[in-house]
Amino acid sequence: MSRYSVFSLARNALSGHRDWGEAWRSPEPKPAYDVVIVGAGGHGLATAYYLARNHGLANVAVLEKGWLGGGNTGRNTTIIRSNYLQDPSIRIYELARSLYEDLSQELDFNMMFSPRGVMMLCQTEHELRAFRRTAHANRIAGLDCRMITPAEVKRIVPIINDDKNARYPILGAYWQPRGGTARHDAVAWGYARAADARGVDIIQNCEVTGISRDGNRVTGLDTTRGHIRTRKIAVVVAGSSSLLMAMAGLRMPIESLCLQALVSEPIKPVLDCVIMANTVHGYISQSDKGELVIGGGTDPYNNYSQRGSFPSVQHTVTALVETFPIISRLRMLRMWGGVVDMTGDRSPIIGKTDVEGLYVNCGWGTGGFKSIPGSGFVFADTIANDRPHPIAEPFGLNRFLEGRFIDESVAAAVAH
Amino acid sequence: MGSVQRPSLLPNAYCLLPHEIPMLLIKCPICGVVGDETDFHYGGEAHVRRPASDHPDRISDGEQRDYLFMRKNPRGPHHERWRCDRGCGKWFNAIRDTLTMEFLATYGIREEPPAI
Repeated sequence: MSRYSVFSLARNALSGHRDWGEAWRSPEPKPAYDVVIVGAGGHGLATAYYLARNHGLANVAVLEKGWLGGGNTGRNTTIIRSNYLQDPSIRIYELARSLYEDLSQELDFNMMFSPRGVMMLCQTEHELRAFRRTAHANRIAGLDCRMITPAEVKRIVPIINDDKNARYPILGAYWQPRGGTARHDAVAWGYARAADARGVDIIQNCEVTGISRDGNRVTGLDTTRGHIRTRKIAVVVAGSSSLLMAMAGLRMPIESLCLQALVSEPIKPVLDCVIMANTVHGYISQSDKGELVIGGGTDPYNNYSQRGSFPSVQHTVTALVETFPIISRLRMLRMWGGVVDMTGDRSPIIGKTDVEGLYVNCGWGTGGFKSIPGSGFVFADTIANDRPHPIAEPFGLNRFLEGRFIDESVAAAVAH
Repeated sequence: MGSVQRPSLLPNAYCLLPHEIPMLLIKCPICGVVGDETDFHYGGEAHVRRPASDHPDRISDGEQRDYLFMRKNPRGPHHERWRCDRGCGKWFNAIRDTLTMEFLATYGIREEPPAI
């Protein structure tokens, strides 16, 4: 793999940019691997990369039904933050956020990580109190976060409606200055390129159709490109987790819902941070191209179609128009949906399963993108050592049996 | 349904006409009202049996977990509950395809699902 640098850019400019090598290979699947990861989204590719880098495991395949990064990795609103309420959540999301800080350098791929600040508006007294509580929890955990006043909100976001008589007035905000955004496709591509360079086989257009077992141990997978033998299978297939795990005879505490996002036509810079308005169900940021990137809550009903319904979008946009009146005449360019895994406590599931050699990483709900580096880091460690990484341990499947939930649904009812 | 070209400042821009807006259209099997999904309320998977209704004196942790959290979550026909919020207010069951969004059947809240 050639390094990307100003020199390689200059060298390739001389040949009209026709000789750039491919970023990753497209190998034929081998008959057997040490570890097979199902799902080449951000989480799966990050897992493969850290298996190779941290644990010296390179005889690894990543199988992907479609194309890499074509699921939720390419369908989110690219927000990165770690200011969660519960300690286990803070640890894993902050690990991810801190890894994002120098991921571009590490992977030699520009993630366009932009720590522009994430502002979580407080628009009711209850929300203000809830975020003060989160702020205290985060201070104890050492996160760089603080509450800010309505005047500071207005200074950072001049376009915000600060009318005290608004239906939901701005009472303050919770501010994480090192939160922000990154280029979502680049995260998938960067991890794919770096994992491939370390010998990982990324096999696209290869759908898993069955998981074979010998007693209680996995022995391989049936795929549309033949049978692959392996003793370790890691399922990282947000949206389809229930379907994949059913192939191994397991039921999951997951429902698949559609989460939508949309972007406006591009306009001049009006917003240089990420804003989340949980009370009115909307979040918004402005991309480098000038488009306003808008997201909201999930559609209510189970949905595998990757297409949402209009009322959810209308609900989100209605709320944001009241908070940001200048966007009322913007036209929306594109809208799309992704199928997300929702768990009962709105926290992910990472770890081993009752089937030996079968590992699962799913249930990230609406918060998967921000966690990609941390999720891959701890999941790779869990697979390599066949025991949960300490940061992953609280997120095991057994918490649903033990009633030991990591309840983030109360802490942030909408936007994860 | 194709999109309809509209005159616009932007070339190739289009708007969705009302009949093209994607959302569920639902018919209540009890009062017969037809409305879009905002006239109804989704109630999750149907036929989930509460173990405490059957044997309250001996409920295992596994049974309680299955009741509270484990879901079939199929890609395809899904048995689920809906409430006719702005019509008769009654709950009913439905079989809806989670991939095509098509309602295959609706039936009473106490009834067994019809064969489809």
